[in-house]
Amino acid sequence: MEDSLEIAGEKVNNRLFIGTGKFASYSIMKRALEEAKAEVATVALRRVDADSKAENILNYLPKSCRVMINTSGARDADEAVRIGRLAKAAGAGNWIKIEVIRDNKYLLPDNLETLKAVEILVKEDFVVFPYMSPDLSIGRRMAEAGASAIMPLGSPIGSNRGVKTRELIEIMINEINLPIIVDAGLGKPSEACECMEIGSAAVLVNTAIAVSDDPVRMAVSFSKAVCAGRLAYLSGIPAAGKIASASSPLTGFLRDKK
Amino acid sequence: MSFYDLYLQHKDFDLKKIFSVVSPGSIQNSLERDLLDIGQYIQLISPQAENCLEGMAQRAYAITRRNFGKTIQLYTPMYLSNYCENSCLYCGFNLNNNIERKKLSLNEVEKEAQFISSSGLKHILILTGESRLKSPVSYIKNCVKILKKYFSSVSIEVYPLAEDEYSELVASGVDGLTIYQEAYDQEVYAKMHVSGPKKDYKFRLEAPERGAKSRMRNISIGALLGLGDWRREVFFLGLHAKYLQDKFPDIDIGVSVPRIQPQVGDFKPISMVSDKNIAQIILALRNFLPRIGITLSTRENPDFREALIPLGITKISAGSTTAVGGHTLCVEHLQKYSQFEIQDQRSVDEIRGMLECKGYQPVFKDWLNF
Repeated sequence: MEDSLEIAGEKVNNRLFIGTGKFASYSIMKRALEEAKAEVATVALRRVDADSKAENILNYLPKSCRVMINTSGARDADEAVRIGRLAKAAGAGNWIKIEVIRDNKYLLPDNLETLKAVEILVKEDFVVFPYMSPDLSIGRRMAEAGASAIMPLGSPIGSNRGVKTRELIEIMINEINLPIIVDAGLGKPSEACECMEIGSAAVLVNTAIAVSDDPVRMAVSFSKAVCAGRLAYLSGIPAAGKIASASSPLTGFLRDKK
Repeated sequence: MSFYDLYLQHKDFDLKKIFSVVSPGSIQNSLERDLLDIGQYIQLISPQAENCLEGMAQRAYAITRRNFGKTIQLYTPMYLSNYCENSCLYCGFNLNNNIERKKLSLNEVEKEAQFISSSGLKHILILTGESRLKSPVSYIKNCVKILKKYFSSVSIEVYPLAEDEYSELVASGVDGLTIYQEAYDQEVYAKMHVSGPKKDYKFRLEAPERGAKSRMRNISIGALLGLGDWRREVFFLGLHAKYLQDKFPDIDIGVSVPRIQPQVGDFKPISMVSDKNIAQIILALRNFLPRIGITLSTRENPDFREALIPLGITKISAGSTTAVGGHTLCVEHLQKYSQFEIQDQRSVDEIRGMLECKGYQPVFKDWLNF
């Protein structure tokens, strides 16, 4: 059964998106992306060093991997827009994760500035993925403005705390007619699986993979967990209840006799 | 309110009294918390915490790895001028020192820039002595204009400026400000800074705030250890960093804890700061301020630098020289112009190799030319 995620007319089969920061080397990062069969990788434009003796991160992305530039470092909408335009001019494509952060302690995004950047970049034909604190109203406005997906955080970036915002994310999944991609805070494959089970379209993971003792195997395990969670979601997970449901019911004798 | 007000509120703080009630148990309790408050930070810089360094190190290592990954940012300093109007007892640029004075011409700046950028570095820190006459803001601005052709990030470590001057430099492409208070204790400060504009303690202390208001992206502060009681200095450094982080949440705040090193002249440190002390300071800062940048300069020797990296360091200098034009002028000139003696003379390639060997990615570029 084909089950690909379609964004801006493109099909993505692997719903694990991988962030490329924090790895001990680009070669380890490359192997992690390859072994996990990642199809989307986010790259901070601030780290792209196209013209120096130092290695260029873009050369280490597998050919099958689509680049999603992120606007890391942007403190307001204007800076995010400028980074987006620079990325496009540098030939890094038009998929852009908008990340506007004015809080360097918790790295929580500024939803308002992010929304402004979405409005501008959509008009400039970018495929826009806003990273945001889960908020239904702002999410709806981002959708109305033309975002291609919404990326609410599970918990603060790099915190490995899991899906602390689950209730809010579930509401967004139910109410917004766009792919909801949980980004940030996932520390374990089981948490990625949980996101997929509740209907997230994809998840984005970086820290938990990059700083593990074996990033390559961790990337593979996240990939498998995402597949498992997605499959479970598609299979229709039975509702959990507090009362036992006996497989040999006590009232079975009341069934009509044929 | 500025940090000076906070300093005044805390200047008579009896740290020794607080230290007297610290126990291994209270330190352990602090380390089990998600976020530490200033009282818990004081515990970590106490003499008793010297017996808890391993626990502090494990926590610091985990935090750093989670927040910054297995990466270390690289940069190098570039000295533009050693003309100085100050008489600071500990500094090689002291106007009373009989050294040859030099200011780079714009052609020489370009040569230095070409040389440094050929090593792959994209982040540069430019420095001058304190002379508004010889190295005015207009000169610094002209240098920045050249440097922006070669580097994606240009930071300044110059005399304290007014807010509009910082804004002018930000507009010309400067994104980072480094300014060390040297001594937070105002009495120690007064003794060390005998004459010249640097005598103005408050103007220097408030410079990071002026830089933040001018929209610098990174601000790095520090205390020059060895001038006074290090525990007291490091207490104020932590307080200052926390204050800046709270007041300017969209600016990356960094700290550095340089130890006084031999330089021209015969100044000897007033108080000794051991290797163990330096490790404790870095661990305390990392545990207290999990997202702060911590820079380690080439004032420390190669072995010690390498050992400190996993404890919380995020940024190191490479291929350093503290002499004006030290990257391209001929070798015999170097000693004549240097500010202090560096302990780690390894090239950028050697530092890069060392980091890769230790499982860290050397980050050459982490900002962009807007």
